[in-house]
Amino acid sequence: MSYPETYKFTREHEWVHPHGAEAKIGITDHAQHELGDIVFVNLPKVGNSVKRAETFGSVESVKAVSDVYSPVTGEVTGVNDLLAQKPETLNEDPHGEGWLIKVTLTSPEELQALMSSAEYEEYIKAE
Amino acid sequence: MIRKVSKHIVQNEPLLFELSSPGKCGYQLPALDVPPVDPAKTLGAENVRPEIEDFPEVSEFEVLRHFTRLSTWNYAIDLGLYPLGSCTMKYNPRVNEVVARTEGLAWAHPYAPEVLSQGCMEVIAALEQALAEITGMDAVTLQPAAGAHGEFTGVLMIRALLEQRGNPRKKVLVPDSAHGTNPATARMVGYAVENIKSNERGMIDIDVLKRAVTEDVAALMITNPNTVGVFEENIREICGILHEKGALVYMDGANMNALVGISRPGDFGADVMHLNLHKTFSTPHGGGGPGSGAVAVAKALTPFLPSPRLKRNGDFWTWNYDLPDSIGRVRAYYGNFGVLVRALAYIMAHGANGLRQATLDALLNANYLRALLEPNYQIAYDAPSMHECVFSDDRQAKKGVRTGDIAKRLIDYGFHPYTVSFPLIVRGALMIEPTETESKRELDLFADAMASIAREVENDPELVLKAPHSTRTSRVDEVKAARNPIVRWQPRS
Amino acid sequence: MLATLGMQSEEDLIAYLPPAVRFNSRLSMEDGKSEFEIVDYFKERAERNANGYASFLGAGVYNHYRPVLVDAIVSRGEFLTSYTPYQAEISQGILAAIFEFQTMVCQLTGMEVANASMYDGSSAVPEAAMMAVRVTHRDRILIARAVHPEYREVLGTYTHRQHIPVEELAYEKNGRLDLDDLKAKLDDHTAAVIVQSPNFFGLIEQIDELSHIVHGKGALLVVVFTEAVALGLIEPPRHADIVVGELQSFAISPSYGGPFAGIIATHEKFIRQIPGRLAGETTDASGHRAFCLTLATREQHIRREKATSNICTNQALLALMATVFMSLYGKQGMRELAEQNLAKAHYLADKLPLAFDAPFFNEFVARTNGKSPEQINAALLDRKIIGGLPLARFYPELENCVLLCATEMSRRQDMDTLAQAFAKQ
Repeated sequence: MSYPETYKFTREHEWVHPHGAEAKIGITDHAQHELGDIVFVNLPKVGNSVKRAETFGSVESVKAVSDVYSPVTGEVTGVNDLLAQKPETLNEDPHGEGWLIKVTLTSPEELQALMSSAEYEEYIKAE
Repeated sequence: MIRKVSKHIVQNEPLLFELSSPGKCGYQLPALDVPPVDPAKTLGAENVRPEIEDFPEVSEFEVLRHFTRLSTWNYAIDLGLYPLGSCTMKYNPRVNEVVARTEGLAWAHPYAPEVLSQGCMEVIAALEQALAEITGMDAVTLQPAAGAHGEFTGVLMIRALLEQRGNPRKKVLVPDSAHGTNPATARMVGYAVENIKSNERGMIDIDVLKRAVTEDVAALMITNPNTVGVFEENIREICGILHEKGALVYMDGANMNALVGISRPGDFGADVMHLNLHKTFSTPHGGGGPGSGAVAVAKALTPFLPSPRLKRNGDFWTWNYDLPDSIGRVRAYYGNFGVLVRALAYIMAHGANGLRQATLDALLNANYLRALLEPNYQIAYDAPSMHECVFSDDRQAKKGVRTGDIAKRLIDYGFHPYTVSFPLIVRGALMIEPTETESKRELDLFADAMASIAREVENDPELVLKAPHSTRTSRVDEVKAARNPIVRWQPRS
Repeated sequence: MLATLGMQSEEDLIAYLPPAVRFNSRLSMEDGKSEFEIVDYFKERAERNANGYASFLGAGVYNHYRPVLVDAIVSRGEFLTSYTPYQAEISQGILAAIFEFQTMVCQLTGMEVANASMYDGSSAVPEAAMMAVRVTHRDRILIARAVHPEYREVLGTYTHRQHIPVEELAYEKNGRLDLDDLKAKLDDHTAAVIVQSPNFFGLIEQIDELSHIVHGKGALLVVVFTEAVALGLIEPPRHADIVVGELQSFAISPSYGGPFAGIIATHEKFIRQIPGRLAGETTDASGHRAFCLTLATREQHIRREKATSNICTNQALLALMATVFMSLYGKQGMRELAEQNLAKAHYLADKLPLAFDAPFFNEFVARTNGKSPEQINAALLDRKIIGGLPLARFYPELENCVLLCATEMSRRQDMDTLAQAFAKQ
């Protein structure tokens, strides 16, 4: 699966897709592959605030739990309810339908520090 | 070649609720010798339920057949080697079952007058004394219900002691090879957990430890032998580093089967430890319990032991509740007494020499198995093994076969798998503990099976990846179970 | 075997251990004993206990008949000597039995989810309290004074060092929870209100009414039971959020207080917050029904310091005893058994002065009028009867009160003797 060029990536394998003053956040294809079949996703509520590099939720497979760290600081404006019913969406379409949360971008400059898709691909090859 | 097992007819069986039909029952109560009372009048109609909806209705023989049929779907120690590492699946002597059912013991009420409970109290006192001797500790509590409960009790005592000294401190150090109960326990007692990275030999790295032990550290939780089955050779120095900074050493006694009679934690510096009576002391695992997590402590911790404590007045035992520094009760009554009876019977059957011999035999079996498996599997660490040996699936992983797959294939060969993917510090771990009660013949069969599987991995990995092939139930879909949890039977509407 | 290892003797296996950690003496204990010496030793100990006495003790541990099929089944090596069913393909027997256990616990308690069992009823109480703290993100616990005193003590041990404040709720003159005290103490920080029904005095609490009060403040209601037989007859606490209890009554011998089997049950919405093991239904590769342990990510071996609890084992074999017991009695027998208990206890209670007037099941508190409980009990011991539990030990305000229990095992003639001991001057 390719890593979209309009996305930015973290070393913890999250992606963020900025769109105006908002951004969508998810986990990468590499991350979902490492975790295996996702069975449960634990997400914050709309209105909660998230902070850069701090955990805001977790993703579970049968035998592992992985914390998800926010790539940016902001307030949660949307949560992907589909994942409660169909956690497998995260395996099937991690960069699209399998997004986790939508946030407002309070410090857009934080995006500068993140990896581009090309850099991320290099990063996971080296890992 | 599969030598240990042959195909065999297995009965199918529905759930009890599906066997049920109205009016059937499997009991007979005596005729009531007092006048009946009307529940609605006595209790108030609002307090009486019409019935227990959907509760099963089956005959006595159906119950017997039902559970007998279910039992045949289980593997068990009674059927063969059960080499789960760190679980010490040894023979469960049947005399233990008989003595635990002795009427005067099995029907003893915990609130019966002490004058009519002396037998139970003597059993508890005798076991406390034996375990103190075996561990080299000052005192033992038998109250905790299981190993993890014992850990909780032990760390709580550490906290109480440090509080009394003026500062409970903030964190507990846990090696990355530790059982998951250790960090979970530390958290339950209000401590932060700091993981200590093991060195390339699978042991505690003294330098890393020295840096980690600060005035904030309450204790180190250490398993010895550790979870790779290796004796922490620097254990005295490790304990010294903790003690020097006013911290304590908690020893997880899950692997005590490697030490009984040859090394005593109390002598090498542990301050508190738990023992899993269902491991080292042969009480049955029962499909996942009951256990018993006796906790042994050094002198400094004795005032903090759970309440009540046995006390001797001449020939008479009493329960002492006047323990101002005690952490309090960790459960009702005095412990899993029925399990204690079995453990004491085991100790009595062995005696001093027998216990030591059992340890040596456990070491011999583990090292023999290791020698037979090493040609085909990658040993995780070179250090000498004690009662268990840990391999990695490195060689097999190259063919896309992982430890979990090899485990499933072992089932076809008539064995219970080893412990899979633990400890976490070993990539693709196979953790194998045969215990002293296995014969050479059974170990040889197991080694043959493992060698045969190693060949299959080379020649026909698909065969291993799709295993088991011969069980009544083929690979179980755990993903489906977790995505859509169904945890009780419900009638089809 | 030694030759394979290139060794001369088993001592070579430990030769590499540093001398400083070796234990070089002989353990100070006797030599190994034969089977019959061991059997004899325990028989002798048993004779120093209350052999052959009728007993009216309850207080959390009950004297109920154990059908012989129970031991016939749990003595099968396939149940007795297996372990936690991590390898589902060769553990379907115990997994199916656990699934049946979970189902029957739900049916009994009116809940939707029950785990594979807890250590016992007492340790299930703090587990329920901690679960309520996780669910509500609040931290204060209220517990009724009429909850088993040792259960309350256990809660204190767990909460004290986690800095979870616990306060007690008084009981009314009639022995039930004082609803005014509840209303006064309940606040927006309260995570859970814990009550027992039938309570320690044997009395049935007004669960519906107090659930409205508790839920009105957004707290969870935790209902505890120690006498599972009551649930054959008594309306289950359907409005509770968490039910915890003890199944010792279901074919688990008193055994001086353990091992027993605790339960924890709740609603589906809290399934991920429940501690301990859960068996779930699924299918195998050929599409047949199969069972496995599920939602393991809540547990310590995966989540480590973030686990819902450090619990590792359950009480599988005891839970199996209870499952066999429930299967044998079934829908009809559970009720008849409960009705017999009710009848026996009321026969006895009718002869004695009672301390409380709320409805009770098979336990009640009697006043000893003029004599001390110890005097009465001493006189009864001469007649080979163990009397009730003197309550002053746990409730100083209930001096000269005794907690008595009658079950289907209590004989009329012994009850008459007991009543006479109360009456005689």
